[in-house]
Amino acid sequence: MDSAPSSEREPVPPPSSEREGVAYLPSSVTRSTKLLVAGHFSVGKTTFVSSVSEVEPLRTEEAMTHASAGVDDVAGLPHKTRTTVALDFGRLTLNEELVLYLFGTPGQPRFLPLWHDLAKGALGALVLVDTRRLAQSDAILALLEEQGLPYAVAVNEFDGAHRHALDSVREALDLTADTPLTACDARDRASSLHTLITLVSFLFDRMEPTP
Amino acid sequence: MNGPRRARDLVRAYVRTGGLTRPSRDLDLSALVRSTTVAPPVEASGEERRVLALCSRQRALSVAEVAAHADLPPSAARIVIARLMDHGLLTTPTRAHITASPDLLKEVLDGLRALV
Ligand SMILES: Nc1nc2c(ncn2[C@@H]2O[C@H](COP(=O)(O)OP(=O)(O)O)[C@@H](O)[C@H]2O)c(=O)[nH]1
Ligand SMILES: [Mg+2]
Repeated sequence: MDSAPSSEREPVPPPSSEREGVAYLPSSVTRSTKLLVAGHFSVGKTTFVSSVSEVEPLRTEEAMTHASAGVDDVAGLPHKTRTTVALDFGRLTLNEELVLYLFGTPGQPRFLPLWHDLAKGALGALVLVDTRRLAQSDAILALLEEQGLPYAVAVNEFDGAHRHALDSVREALDLTADTPLTACDARDRASSLHTLITLVSFLFDRMEPTP
Repeated sequence: MNGPRRARDLVRAYVRTGGLTRPSRDLDLSALVRSTTVAPPVEASGEERRVLALCSRQRALSVAEVAAHADLPPSAARIVIARLMDHGLLTTPTRAHITASPDLLKEVLDGLRALV
């Protein structure tokens, strides 16, 4: 927020077509890319996106029909149950031309169609985990692996949570040796930014042709 | 853009398929859009007007931001935006499709490091 590449500083006054209260990108920004912030319910995705985003995070809501997702966990539910899935996102302007969007991605497998859309074209994903509920992260890791989306894992260290050694978390989640695993405080901007840097370093390294 | 039916048609198509109607072009939620017009055409629907009123000719917003500010579900926003692009009323400032390349990842990494 205080680090927003501020629209207020743009020399030209906003044309009448712009709406007040909308944080437009600087006029020099012409390219965008995205990362996902994934994790199960209440693991800290919204908190994470809010702490790193340069603008007030935004939220949209998508109506989903359970039956249309074609998954088996809806067995027993009335045929056309509809739920709303909230998607919150934030952004970081990285240089004069490029902006990065961060999408907090709901983990429930019944939101699969939305997931596919979000994952498509994403550079990678940061998976937030809570050591008190590690098992709930399995489905999300499986989904990412299925989609071939590279990821790094960050333990969101809630107060009072039993601090696990990262090694035991790695083992519990059955992560490969090269998967980055860090601890972070999703409420803290610097800590959250560092986990993103870890993720993108990993994404970069795995792309570099190994000699 | 033909007549006042389109808004209703849009809503109906959207409801019928539970939000899974495909837009006329592949539009990522992170894709950037700008307006090309000063005033919406007379035949534009309410939703199209809302989106056009929001988009700036100078400064881009992503599809996701348009959806949030226009209070549309992302899937509906993509349909409206794709249609407005088909009619030349919205455009994207992005020259080429952006894919994960070492250059792009390096650029993202440098950008993030500069923020710490
Ligand atoms: N103590 C503590 N609380 C947190 C942390 N991250 C998130 N929370 C809280 O946990 C709850 C769920 O977080 P939220 O970001 O909404 O999770 P989401 O469902 O994944 O988006 C909220 O009440 C947050 O304030 C953290 O690092 N430490
Ligand atoms: Mg949330």
